[in-house]
Amino acid sequence: MLAWTIYLSFAGALIEALLPKGKAALARWFALAVAVGGLGLAVQGFVAGMGQGRVVLIDLPWVPSMGVHFLLAADGISRVLVLLTGLAAVAGVLFSWNIELRTNEFFAFFLALIGGVFGVFLSFDLFLLFVFYEIAIVPKYFLIAIWGSTRREYAAMKLALYSFVGSAMVLIGLLAAYATSGSHSTGLVELAHAGLPVSFQMWCFPLVFTGFAILAGMWPFHTWAPTGHVAAPTAASMLLAGVVMKLGAYGCLRVGISLFPHGLDPWGFSFIGIGSWRDVFALLAVVGIVYGALVALAQTDFKFVIGYSSVSHMGFVLLGLMTLNQIGMTGAVLQMFSHGVIAGLLFAIVGRIVYDRTHTRQLAELETMHLSKRLPFAAWAFVIAGMASMGLPGFSGFVAELQVLVGAWIARPWWALVAGVGIVVGVAYTWRALQKAFFSDIQPSPHLHENSPALAAITWPEITGVVLLGGASLAVGLYPRILLDTIEPAVKALLAGGGQ
Amino acid sequence: MSGIPVLTVLTALPLMGAAIALVAGKHARAVALATTLAGLALALTVWTEIPADGSMGLVERAAWAPSLGIEYHLGVDGLGALMLVLSALVTLMSVDAAHRVHRQPGLYFGLVLVLEAGLFGSFTALNFFHWFLFWELSLIPAFFLIKLWGGARRGPAATQFFVYTMAGSVALLVSFLAVFLSTGSMDFGRLTEWASTGQLEQMVTAHLGSGLMGWPVMLWLSVGVLAGFAVKVPMFPFHTWLPAAYAEAPSPVTMLLTGAMSKMGVYGLLRIAIPLFAHQIAQIRTPLLVLAVATVVMGAWAAAAQKDLKRIFAYSSVNHLGYCLLAIFALAVPAAGAAAAASQAFALNGVILQMFNHGLTAAALFWFVAMIQTRTGGPRGINDFGGLRKPAPVLAGLMGITLFSSLGLPGLNGFVGEFLIFRGVFPLAWVAAAVSVLGLLVTAAVILTVIQKVFSGPAPERWASFPDLHHGERLAMAPVIGLMLLVGLLPQLIVDSVNPTVQNLLAHWRF
Repeated sequence: MLAWTIYLSFAGALIEALLPKGKAALARWFALAVAVGGLGLAVQGFVAGMGQGRVVLIDLPWVPSMGVHFLLAADGISRVLVLLTGLAAVAGVLFSWNIELRTNEFFAFFLALIGGVFGVFLSFDLFLLFVFYEIAIVPKYFLIAIWGSTRREYAAMKLALYSFVGSAMVLIGLLAAYATSGSHSTGLVELAHAGLPVSFQMWCFPLVFTGFAILAGMWPFHTWAPTGHVAAPTAASMLLAGVVMKLGAYGCLRVGISLFPHGLDPWGFSFIGIGSWRDVFALLAVVGIVYGALVALAQTDFKFVIGYSSVSHMGFVLLGLMTLNQIGMTGAVLQMFSHGVIAGLLFAIVGRIVYDRTHTRQLAELETMHLSKRLPFAAWAFVIAGMASMGLPGFSGFVAELQVLVGAWIARPWWALVAGVGIVVGVAYTWRALQKAFFSDIQPSPHLHENSPALAAITWPEITGVVLLGGASLAVGLYPRILLDTIEPAVKALLAGGGQ
Repeated sequence: MSGIPVLTVLTALPLMGAAIALVAGKHARAVALATTLAGLALALTVWTEIPADGSMGLVERAAWAPSLGIEYHLGVDGLGALMLVLSALVTLMSVDAAHRVHRQPGLYFGLVLVLEAGLFGSFTALNFFHWFLFWELSLIPAFFLIKLWGGARRGPAATQFFVYTMAGSVALLVSFLAVFLSTGSMDFGRLTEWASTGQLEQMVTAHLGSGLMGWPVMLWLSVGVLAGFAVKVPMFPFHTWLPAAYAEAPSPVTMLLTGAMSKMGVYGLLRIAIPLFAHQIAQIRTPLLVLAVATVVMGAWAAAAQKDLKRIFAYSSVNHLGYCLLAIFALAVPAAGAAAAASQAFALNGVILQMFNHGLTAAALFWFVAMIQTRTGGPRGINDFGGLRKPAPVLAGLMGITLFSSLGLPGLNGFVGEFLIFRGVFPLAWVAAAVSVLGLLVTAAVILTVIQKVFSGPAPERWASFPDLHHGERLAMAPVIGLMLLVGLLPQLIVDSVNPTVQNLLAHWRF
């Protein structure tokens, strides 16, 4: 049934594009129906897949001469990320309820993006995975370029260029792997068992891993992320941070690590303590964690704070992957889910609930608005989201980052120590944004309340979206086994042999 | 009671009450009153159900996240149950005192109830993750209660409170993660067993190496854990957040901060720091004792220098909890023989009694401040008053009793705890005890000054018709004052139930 998430989303996108123009309500409700249907399928697939390993959903020959199959399958990691995508899709539609410009086209691109993401998470054929990966880039560009705000053309172009450069690196690596393996299949499992030479893996792994990691926001290739997030319309930044960055991290794991496990082996020499690609990428990950957090601390634009926080939180995913141990990699996958939900919620609050009413994202201006009184719902939603983002216990971020830290500690204690600094700075920047944007102490000017127009009331889609995303983070934080029981066996299988 | 997860119900109750209060608008206080009353009833039930041998009772266990050593593990002994009763009592008093919250009452009482849940959760948790969750959970509502309903300089006070406590929490978390990484367990009971046999130190040393910058790793970890609790209690010199927070918070919130939340720190020392790091604490007992004595003496001196009633009581709280620190660290002084064991039991019984008594008395004091401020419309400096005894004899009488309880007058609750502490500490660490007596004297002087300046002397013109306590207030204060007398006269009501726990705790601590 999980495969139908893909078909449903693409069919929904096609129908949206064909809907008559000017009927915004119809477009909205139809998009919501498709997204809810996708979430329903994702939940059903998640529940049905509990306790199962990798399950092939569909396997049809596609380009027989090259051994390309239309092969969709799902293991625990896929199921968790499909669930995340379903959640993000529903929340994205809810927070796009006020889009009036070319509504049906907006949702067509939106659903196409969702379909592509579902496709990546469920593909077990390299060629197919790459096709879905590319499909996801195109709607992203248009969502930002047409419906975006601050410097949208620049941001859209930057995002597209980074994505294409990353894709090109991936493509070169994959073609080389296909050619070198001599196998007549592009299936992930077959290639992983093809016994690629170690020397080949040594240069191919960093190529493919970096290609994917660009989209995961790995420092120093992260610069597309903050500008892209800020320029994107709310739903698109939610998807960008919530699921698109996960595509990159997922590619690193599913393709990079499982196809080229020997790429992580030691080089045989070490330079200033760095003796393997694993050390290199872990270093970049911890730098990203701390750098993203410090830069977030210095931002004056509310949305940039969240944008850089994504760089920092995604650093935990990459660090978790580089631990190469059970607990760290489980933490990485859980962090993908956790960050997807929390970042989506944060962008929704900043972009939709606050910005669409105040028309400013400057913290200095928000400070004078006393939003905790005028928009208490936004303030308290941000308190919850901020607590989750800080990694306070009881929210998904705590369990995920804790596992990554434990894993990193087991691998190399100093990774964990530096990343721990990033967590502390994370508390600081979240707290600073919360104080400035909602709970500032600046005395209101006496004319403020007469002159300032009343802010529009909070609408039901916003409340539903906040409850959905906040509830997901809380549920996973309070009872992490919901996801851990599914992730752990999949990670174990992946670590155990042949990548898959 | 078998079959019902009482402790879970107890913790969930205020959370449900909070959800109802949030939407109850102006009826929120009624919801909060009903919830806290039910909470107190349930806490008292728990108090009667604790095992007579001092071990953990009403235990609940369930798997939570096994890969992380996280388990849902709850239980109470005499210490935990007494803290539950105190938390329930203080929260009820605080809700009762907060009858003038007109701005966003739903949110206010919702936050108060979440704070109560945080207290209940942290006093029943037997797994670090669970405990830490509720420890942090209580911090967030406390911050917002100060930040949104506090006095003129509430912003900086709330931020300072948050930053200090959070920094302490981080130190605590880091140290505990190191323990978890070395042992794979977060269970207090198991870790205590390992610590008492010396295995804990072996595991930590095996995993993390023997030393760091000249100190054993275990010593670093104990310092981290102590720092977290030292901020919360607070211990000199980590107390600087306290006066501002206590003074700027609305009085009912200060009641919660000093009456219940400060006990989380002392409780943490007894439940976590000492059981796991007794040996390390014994190594650094001298500096710790010095800091405890400094807390006692400086708290009292600082109180003497204040003019604002809330700041006086704030510093006097520092002083009173300093006695708890003094006794706890005196336990770490090596001593052998039956007499020493008896002294240790005295001291520890004293600590636990003092926690309860200070919570009750300090909460009542801040309640009186709230009543006075209702009448004055703001002023609360000791020099703003005089001769209140004449227009308001009942207020003067009842607040006088409470002040004497704080002073430690025999016959009132405050005396028993401090007596037991000094009785225990003198044989163990007589220098520390002797210097701390200075704190007792200064506190007495401070309290007498308050009584004199506020209630005696010539009454200023403007307070000539100072309204006395009305019937509702008298009715509310009566049981509190009654409880002070009851505990003062019949301390065995508490000691009989706490003493087995004390013996049980002491038996598991290897200094």
